[in-house]
Amino acid sequence: MNIHEFQAKELMKSRGIPVPVGRVANSVSEAIGAVAPLVEETGTPVVVVKSQIHAGGRGKGQFKEYPELGGVNVVRDGIEGGVEAAKARVGELAGRMLGSTLVTVQTGPHGKPVSRLYVEQGIDIERELYLSVLLDRSTSKNVVMASTEGGTEIEVVAEETPEKILKAQIDPGLGLLDFQARDIAFGLGLEGVAFKNGVKFIQALAAFADEFDTDLVEINPLVVAKDGSVVALDCKMSFEANALYRHLEVREMRDLSEENAAEIEASGYGLSFIKLDGTIGCMVNGAGLAMATMDIIKYVGGEPANFLDVGGGAEKDQVAAAFKIITRDPSVRGIFVNIFGGIMKCDTIAQGVIDAVAEVGLSLPLVVRLEGTNVELGKQILDESGLNILSATDMKDGAQKILEATRS
Amino acid sequence: MSVLVDKDTKVIIQGMGKTGRFHTDRAIAYGTQMVGAVHPSRAGQTELFEGETDHSGVPGRPDRYSIELPIFRTVKEAVAATGATVSVVYVPPPVAADAIMEAADGGIELVVGITEGIPVADMVRAKSYLSRRNCRLVGPNCPGVITPSECKIGIMPGYIHKAGRIGVVSRSGTLTYEAVHQLTQVGLGQTTAIGIGGDPVNGTDFIDCLRMFNDDPATEGVVMIGEIGGTAEEEAAAWIAANMTKPVTGFIAGTTAPAGKRMGHAGAIISGGKGTARDKISALEAAGVTIAPTPTDMGTTMLEALAGAGT
Repeated sequence: MNIHEFQAKELMKSRGIPVPVGRVANSVSEAIGAVAPLVEETGTPVVVVKSQIHAGGRGKGQFKEYPELGGVNVVRDGIEGGVEAAKARVGELAGRMLGSTLVTVQTGPHGKPVSRLYVEQGIDIERELYLSVLLDRSTSKNVVMASTEGGTEIEVVAEETPEKILKAQIDPGLGLLDFQARDIAFGLGLEGVAFKNGVKFIQALAAFADEFDTDLVEINPLVVAKDGSVVALDCKMSFEANALYRHLEVREMRDLSEENAAEIEASGYGLSFIKLDGTIGCMVNGAGLAMATMDIIKYVGGEPANFLDVGGGAEKDQVAAAFKIITRDPSVRGIFVNIFGGIMKCDTIAQGVIDAVAEVGLSLPLVVRLEGTNVELGKQILDESGLNILSATDMKDGAQKILEATRS
Repeated sequence: MSVLVDKDTKVIIQGMGKTGRFHTDRAIAYGTQMVGAVHPSRAGQTELFEGETDHSGVPGRPDRYSIELPIFRTVKEAVAATGATVSVVYVPPPVAADAIMEAADGGIELVVGITEGIPVADMVRAKSYLSRRNCRLVGPNCPGVITPSECKIGIMPGYIHKAGRIGVVSRSGTLTYEAVHQLTQVGLGQTTAIGIGGDPVNGTDFIDCLRMFNDDPATEGVVMIGEIGGTAEEEAAAWIAANMTKPVTGFIAGTTAPAGKRMGHAGAIISGGKGTARDKISALEAAGVTIAPTPTDMGTTMLEALAGAGT
């Protein structure tokens, strides 16, 4: 689960991790209203207006409506013109940003509507660093990763200058040790007050990741200010879905408007669904088989419209819900049901499909491939239903049949 | 011959809820030696299992079975009373890691974790705990382990299996069934099929299984099934290139999966450009592994690989 930048900073602040002072604004007047208190509290006349959407690359992104405008804007008008000038400029920016659509490398060409801003104090930046905590799957341990190349994506650093990446493995029983935090801080070239602040920041972030079961907490850039303070200028956090039951505080930060409506609806039925760009809808049992079904559709020359795993113990209701979700997508031109019945019996699935068709209606070609427990009975039920269902002998046959059916 | 489990393996169950009970019944019907259950509040009672024998399992049994399974307070007590060496875990996600660690501490040699949805941090701790004990974990979030005609532990349908010559190791449940079914159809059968699970942190990995199959005289080839996410397949490829003496064929799911999306399994995600199916397929092919072009070809691909190897 992902959260917004302002929520992540709130959480970090609550755990003693230094973040810039900022205020959320849902309207132009709230954005303007945020300026004076910010300037007063921080003593700096510079403020930053940041779009709050669940996607990275906001700074380099562009608004569809205002191509010259990025998703993050620094307002320096207050340096010479005072608070009133800063307020005027923030109001102007907020007026354009709110309600407009921001396109970044991560949003896709459609972009995402901006309905909320974060107005934050400007920081007098000395250096920009990178710091993150994430799972290293090959050692099954969390690692702290750092680099001196703040502001650059870590994947790019790993590709171009891997020697600049510092890593410390966290012992699950002991947590990050003090000397490991010092090693990283030394490796980042921190000195004096900034070194002490850096060590504290690194320790606090490791403890934060442990406390909140984060998949990833990434501070990029982590900035060293001219006064030696070490502050999270931007941050990205995602929380592990399986551990959310023990983090009510985080669960309440979920923003459903940032997620795909069909995916949310599917998860309510215990279905694992992901929308894709193709034309062939799929309904499969098992995550691996569902992926393999997408792959085989592509292999025979088609494009999958979705990933959909109905799970190992799907009931009639779930099959019906899956059908509804798939058929609602206007780009879907045919459906491929691919089931390897183990515990789940093929006759149950066959009946589920027929009931779902009766309820939802069927205007699209439907190919069903059944294998496994009670397969003959399942096929018989489909054959005798009188419905226009094409039966497939195996996955490849099924993929070819649905492709032909959608092309004719 | 086989790996991990055979006809003499004695198994206890942790987590006898509805699901655990159902699959314990199926295991007993198959002929697995289920010898006890652990339930802190039901200790001293027994659980009755009776029904029709699954004749696709252990041969030479009567048509019906009736077993009173004793329930113990702790794994330690269950092991002491029954001599079990294997435990299968069905307990719910929030307490599953604890159950796995209890099994390890209680003298169990092999824990098969079926539970899906265990928090990663819990598994990180459990794995660290297990590394200091003489206990192997298979899973979690996996279908289990089966040696056909001898011992079935987990949720896989028994009847699609056939005792034979090929080892199967897989991160995906239904794709394992697909591979097993095809191996049975082409007449090769399986020595042992191991589901290593779809989570980012798991106990036994591809390399552990490849090593066991390489050392097992009855195993003539290995089908390995991977998917997007992590680098376990790439690491396996390096191990295969250096050590494997038997043909390995495989399939990698997720060639068409978009980056940054979790594809059903907690571990199936391409992140930061890492973990793509393309990378895994290239690494495995470079190590001499034949990758089936589609999941429909997993059985025939192994048949051809064996013919090519002259066996």
